[in-house]
Amino acid sequence: MNAFKRDKKEEEEGGGNPFQNIEKTTVLQEARTFNDTPVNPRKCTHILTKILYLLNQGEQLGTTEATEAFFAMTKLFQSRDVILRRMVYLGIKELSGIAEDVIIVTSSLTKDMTGKEDLYRAAAIRALCSITDVTMLQAIERYMKQAIVDRNCAVSSAALVSSLHLTKIAGDVVKRWVNEAQEAVNSDSVMVQYHALGVLYHIRKSDRLAVNKLVAKLTRMSLKSPYAVCMLIRIACKLLEEEDSAEGGSSDSPLFEFIESCLRHKSEMVIYEAARAIVNLRRTTSRELAPAVSVLQLFCSSPKPTLRFAAVRTLNKVAMSHPAAVTACNLDLENLITDSNRSIATLTITTLLKTGAESSVDRLMKQIATFVSEISDEFKIVVVQAIRALCLKFPRKHGVLMNFLSAMLRDEGGLEYKASIADTIITIIEENPEAKETGLAHLCEFIEDCEHTSLAVRILHLLGKEGPRTKQPSRYIRFIYNRVILENAPVRAAAVAAMAQFGATCPDLLPNIQVVLLARCQMDTDDEVRDRATYYCSILEKQDKALANRYIVEGLQVWIPSLEKSLHQYTINPSDVPFDMKSVPLASIPSPEEIVNTSGKAVSREESYAEKLQSVPELVAFGPLFRSSEPVELTESETEYVVRCIKHCFPQHLILQFDCLNTLNDQLLENVHVQVEPPDGYQLVREIPCPRLPYSELGTTYVVLQFPDELGATVGTFNATLKFLVKDCDPATGLPDSDEGYDDEYMLEDVEVTLGDQIQKVTKANFGAAWEEAAASHCELEDTYSLSNMGTLEEAVKNIVSFLGMQPAERSDRVPEGKSSHTLFLAGVYRGGYDILVRAKLALAEGVTMQLTVRSTNADVAELVTSAVG
Amino acid sequence: MFIKLILLLPPGDDLYYYLNHADDQHYTLHWVLVIVLGTRQVSCGGLLSYFRNLLGSREMRILILGLDGAGKTTILYRLQVGEVVTTIPTIGFNVEQVTYKNLKFQVWDLGGQTSIRPYWRCYYSNTDAIIYVVDSADRDRIGISKDELLYMLREDELQGAILVVLANKQDIEGSLSVAEVHQALGLDALKNRTFQIFKTSATKGEGLDSAMDWLSNALQNRK
Repeated sequence: MNAFKRDKKEEEEGGGNPFQNIEKTTVLQEARTFNDTPVNPRKCTHILTKILYLLNQGEQLGTTEATEAFFAMTKLFQSRDVILRRMVYLGIKELSGIAEDVIIVTSSLTKDMTGKEDLYRAAAIRALCSITDVTMLQAIERYMKQAIVDRNCAVSSAALVSSLHLTKIAGDVVKRWVNEAQEAVNSDSVMVQYHALGVLYHIRKSDRLAVNKLVAKLTRMSLKSPYAVCMLIRIACKLLEEEDSAEGGSSDSPLFEFIESCLRHKSEMVIYEAARAIVNLRRTTSRELAPAVSVLQLFCSSPKPTLRFAAVRTLNKVAMSHPAAVTACNLDLENLITDSNRSIATLTITTLLKTGAESSVDRLMKQIATFVSEISDEFKIVVVQAIRALCLKFPRKHGVLMNFLSAMLRDEGGLEYKASIADTIITIIEENPEAKETGLAHLCEFIEDCEHTSLAVRILHLLGKEGPRTKQPSRYIRFIYNRVILENAPVRAAAVAAMAQFGATCPDLLPNIQVVLLARCQMDTDDEVRDRATYYCSILEKQDKALANRYIVEGLQVWIPSLEKSLHQYTINPSDVPFDMKSVPLASIPSPEEIVNTSGKAVSREESYAEKLQSVPELVAFGPLFRSSEPVELTESETEYVVRCIKHCFPQHLILQFDCLNTLNDQLLENVHVQVEPPDGYQLVREIPCPRLPYSELGTTYVVLQFPDELGATVGTFNATLKFLVKDCDPATGLPDSDEGYDDEYMLEDVEVTLGDQIQKVTKANFGAAWEEAAASHCELEDTYSLSNMGTLEEAVKNIVSFLGMQPAERSDRVPEGKSSHTLFLAGVYRGGYDILVRAKLALAEGVTMQLTVRSTNADVAELVTSAVG
Repeated sequence: MFIKLILLLPPGDDLYYYLNHADDQHYTLHWVLVIVLGTRQVSCGGLLSYFRNLLGSREMRILILGLDGAGKTTILYRLQVGEVVTTIPTIGFNVEQVTYKNLKFQVWDLGGQTSIRPYWRCYYSNTDAIIYVVDSADRDRIGISKDELLYMLREDELQGAILVVLANKQDIEGSLSVAEVHQALGLDALKNRTFQIFKTSATKGEGLDSAMDWLSNALQNRK
């Protein structure tokens, strides 16, 4: 009684875990007790428990430690205490991966698995299989086969599941047990049948024909185990998907019939599995979908929460692909909105949001607001994503949705959740100009009480970008300056930068910002904040619009790692010449696909090419690499020789890089080079051949050209021919038959050098300001064109952007729907560092008419752009 | 743990039976109060010797060692269940409790394959006796058997252990005689070791009893 009381008290104090303070070395020391005779089962069981606890807590044992503990543990086989023995099995399984020579317990375990004590047999099989390797497996194979067909279902299941694990180390041996597994499929035990099907499928899964046969046979014999039927459904689905991709699908396959028949099975598990399978099959037509959806619909009103949850979750997933089918369940879903299980309610509402009409949005949002604080972050994110989709679908509803989002922002929640809300608001602001002011207001309010530095910084950056161009910029200043007073250094620095944006863009706010606010920031305790404030103050002081535009409104346009490298180089070799920003390669703007593919890889295309070119000594002398084009294929992909070309643009030179692949295994190519016939004005500077091009290895040859002085002549077409010396060789060894070879050549497609190859894209954050500024300092050319072969404004915009190779500014590449005129803004830098700004006014009237205005720091460049378009 | 066990014995009942029974249930008897009702004569000497055994006894730990195929596992189960069982090569070990004439032994039968012999030493500590089994018909490997034996006997942990050598498989024609095995193993040179050699045939069950009798006596007289 006393002991009980004490336990209770300890529990209340939170010291309920008796293993809280155990330590590896102590426990291993205690494990030496295993060597004592006679064995004290209670004590040893306790120590084993501690070892297992440690291992499960992630404690690592060294090989020696583990082996020592393992061998001590083997001594415990002398005890006939059932509990201790079963603990030993667990210990063996845990240590089998770490300790050496674990096969020492093979005989003992084999005896236990075949012995009379049923409590030992299944566990002994599992332990035995964990210590067995391929060579040992042969020795126990006979016992495994017997165990698979054992009358005791625990033994049979253990043997089957262990077989599955063994396929990883000895698939071929397990394959020989197929007859036993076949017999076990006929077992009366639901688990044995399920596990046996698992093994059978695993043995045959690489042989499609055999799987087909297996499924065909089992679908006819109506399995007793619902688990096995569920598995059969999954296998059937896999086969169906493969069939479809192979031959385009046939709707009345027996497999599909089987799955459909499972909708009428007596087990709910099977019914659900079948419905889920049908809904998820890519090929399902709406007619086939109907019975599956009605099953899910039925589950929606089940008294069991698990079934309701499963049904709604499945419906939620397919709401996008088959909205019509899900709409049929709307009535049942409506009932689940108020479900006491919040997960079900959340999924229901998001499903309805996906399928519902615009009119029901208000009602649903109100409903979800009543319990949003009770659901977990994970589900909240589901809600946020639904809202995001909804905003894009019904832009007019932004008011309701935005209010809801801001309410969610004020709630408690983790970074991921908050970030997803902020992301959604930012997306809405970008997509929907009408929502901008309210969105910004909500975000301002949010950063007043935001604990996540990274989010606050992002929002401040957005405010700096968007705020100055709203109707009333001054209202944002207070929010931003509050951050300077209240927050940590990174947020303060971001706030300073945001204020500077307002200062540079809004002249009426400038005195306050410059003289009062930024001046105060110069007293900040943090270096970065002070530095930024000082930097912005001194630029704003100059009252020079162009200067402010270039150094505040626009960010750095160079590739930061390159800048770092260049500056480092400059400091190593001191010189009297000031550092030239133009010598730093510009940052290329990655396309959306590139952002997705190379996330995390911080090397631009130019950067990686530049490094490769630097490694060729003949190519070092041409200055910094300005721009590299995408690879262009100069041959069909399945020809004898595959060649692709990458155009590298330098300030005065063009380097053509030809990557060549020899696909003939009986040829060795030598002295491979590409002969180009450039248009007039180009000068051939150098050819760098590829000395050897063996079969299936990529080789590279270069041609260096000097651009013509006359810019108009830089755009043109080059004829190209691949020239090489062929040596026939033995396909097996790749060695040439003789030293003699013969010259041969291969016609390539023409290489085109376009304007776009010579222009690097740059992002202009405030195109308007830059454009105004350029009116005074740049020269301007204007022309009008008729783009008669363009049918729509979108098409025209797309073509112009890709032709000029410049970056659209102010999201002007998006043409609002239903407009007949549009203005496109483009910005870029021509090789040699000449800025180009382009304004293209487009009007739709039987084809597209375009008024193109080019402003550039170089008259020839402007001329080139206008002439190239014509 | 102290367990008081008061046995009220009706006249005519067998005291030994109760004591044995109690022990079977894994009680550790620290002290026993025996009240004998009635007038039955109990042999005082027998009772005393029983108590000496009981109180001073722990299970004797015995290792059965020898080359692979010598018949170790067969001997173990012959001793335990009294029958010949079908065996497969032992990968690792078998451990069984064997009762021989009221004496309990914990017998470890360690696999004899070359790859497993190195692990023998993991099981040497606290060993009371070693039964070393030799396949008398395997003339080719008797030398290896000798080497393994000598190598093993050098181990510190086995210095106090009694040695029984079984010249097994005597039923096979043309096998070495006891004397020849004695000779081949070089047992003459063995010093400071209580040991005896017996000829046995595990499959026929011959010779094991006398070997176990000798071993029981040797173990009891050791103190």
